[in-house]
Amino acid sequence: MPVLEREGAQIWRRRTTRESLVRWFGWFLGTAVFVYCWQIISASTTWFFVWDAPRIADDIWTRATPPKWGYITQLGGPIWDTLNIATLGTLISLCLAVPVAFLAARNTTPSALVIRPIALLIIVSTRSINSLIWALLLIAIIGPGVFAGVVAIAIRSIGFCAKLLYEAIEEIDHSQVEAITATGGSRWQVMAYGIVPQILPAFAGIAVFRWDINIRESTVLGLVGAGGIGLQLSASLNVLAWPQVSLILIVILAAVVISEWVSAKVRGAII
Amino acid sequence: MSHRELDDMLGKGWRKPAFVKNPLVRWLLIVGFVAYLIAAFMTIEVDWGRVYEGLDRGWAFILAFTSPDFLSRWSDIWGGLVESIVMTVAASVVGILISIPIGLGAARNIAPLPVYVVCRGIVAISRALQEIIVAILLVAIFGFGPLAGFLTLSFATIGFLSKLLAEDIESMDKVQAEAIKASGARWMQWINYGVQPQVMPRLVGLSMYRIDINFRESAILGLVGAGGIGATLNTAFDRYEYDTAAAILILIIGIVMTLEYLSGVIRARVQ
Repeated sequence: MPVLEREGAQIWRRRTTRESLVRWFGWFLGTAVFVYCWQIISASTTWFFVWDAPRIADDIWTRATPPKWGYITQLGGPIWDTLNIATLGTLISLCLAVPVAFLAARNTTPSALVIRPIALLIIVSTRSINSLIWALLLIAIIGPGVFAGVVAIAIRSIGFCAKLLYEAIEEIDHSQVEAITATGGSRWQVMAYGIVPQILPAFAGIAVFRWDINIRESTVLGLVGAGGIGLQLSASLNVLAWPQVSLILIVILAAVVISEWVSAKVRGAII
Repeated sequence: MSHRELDDMLGKGWRKPAFVKNPLVRWLLIVGFVAYLIAAFMTIEVDWGRVYEGLDRGWAFILAFTSPDFLSRWSDIWGGLVESIVMTVAASVVGILISIPIGLGAARNIAPLPVYVVCRGIVAISRALQEIIVAILLVAIFGFGPLAGFLTLSFATIGFLSKLLAEDIESMDKVQAEAIKASGARWMQWINYGVQPQVMPRLVGLSMYRIDINFRESAILGLVGAGGIGATLNTAFDRYEYDTAAAILILIIGIVMTLEYLSGVIRARVQ
């Protein structure tokens, strides 16, 4: 315990002098980096616009209220598209994520030296690129529309689902697997009766969780042309129809809240 | 299982128990799901001719990954990348600093009810709004540039971190906190010595995770004019310069992998 001796009396301290110095230096370095970053941001900001921001915000607010409620009749189709993008995208990604997860998990991979790194690379690269970027790319390749959105969501979700799933596979109870092996089960039988029942609840939880996230993400995919309610949002923004924008934002918020509620209920029922 | 049941089961084949036990619910779920799938597939229009034409371009894009072009647009890539990193660092610092008091306020066991309600409200708003939608609004208000991106990421960080921090504080061990209080500590000392040591490891881990997310998000904010590498990437896609786009994507994946590795090391050290 670090103790400071002063005038014969011992005073308790939390850290030794050396530790305090290292910590102080760390904080100093961090602050310096932050100030430097802030200066770069500040240099590329037009401060006149920022000082003018309250007036602009007020202006946008008066333009956007009240929302144009009549416009809601045109939003049914886009919301249906958004729901389809999220649901079909999640389904496709689950079909692709399951084999990847089995190849990536240490206890089920056929080859830890060759196949596991490839599976991990697939997981990392699909996870680290946002669905909007996948959508941009797919629109350039297969043209704008709902289909590009479905594929973008599907690719983006592979990494997420496969990562959570392979962690669940690595944490299974090994004695059950051994029991099935002892009865003479083949490799596939061991998988179907020893491993799958153990990860099924985790799998269902991951599927619903990702579906919820995908609803959020698919609401904005239309901004780059990949279908759904985002198309309406970007069209309204382009013609500065603020009352429509505010209505669309309310609809998106409602969709997000409902999907979160559904996913919480389903996960509560499973786990 | 009693003797009786075992006797009844003798001579009959074993069947796998179903995931959903109630047969009526199970069949309703299956039928509803199939009906939804049919309806969804009916409404998605896929122009297979266009997809077929695009396959060449898709293949060209995949080939571009084998010969990424870092050099011909290097100044644009470098500028965008630096801006993304700067936004990430600044927004993470500010977001974490703000989310600590809000997280304290959103924990029911240490905050009085009015503070709790206000802080939970802030968290709910921040979580419900998509980053890209916040970015669109902030770009409209503050003008183009990294300031809008910085504010967006800070705002998103607050919702994420405060919620998880508050949940961690709510599930902390009360005894330690009470012991500090019994020794006559003031409120600040109580937080500093009773609460903080219990939640610090998780807070550090979550902060690292959020920095990782912030960088990934900063890569798309450029699509709506909020600064960062996204603008460069979008231009590269629009001009069909797949080799440059591949170079940018490789850089993003590389940085995300590095961040993930670093956060893994740091989390292993603090926990």
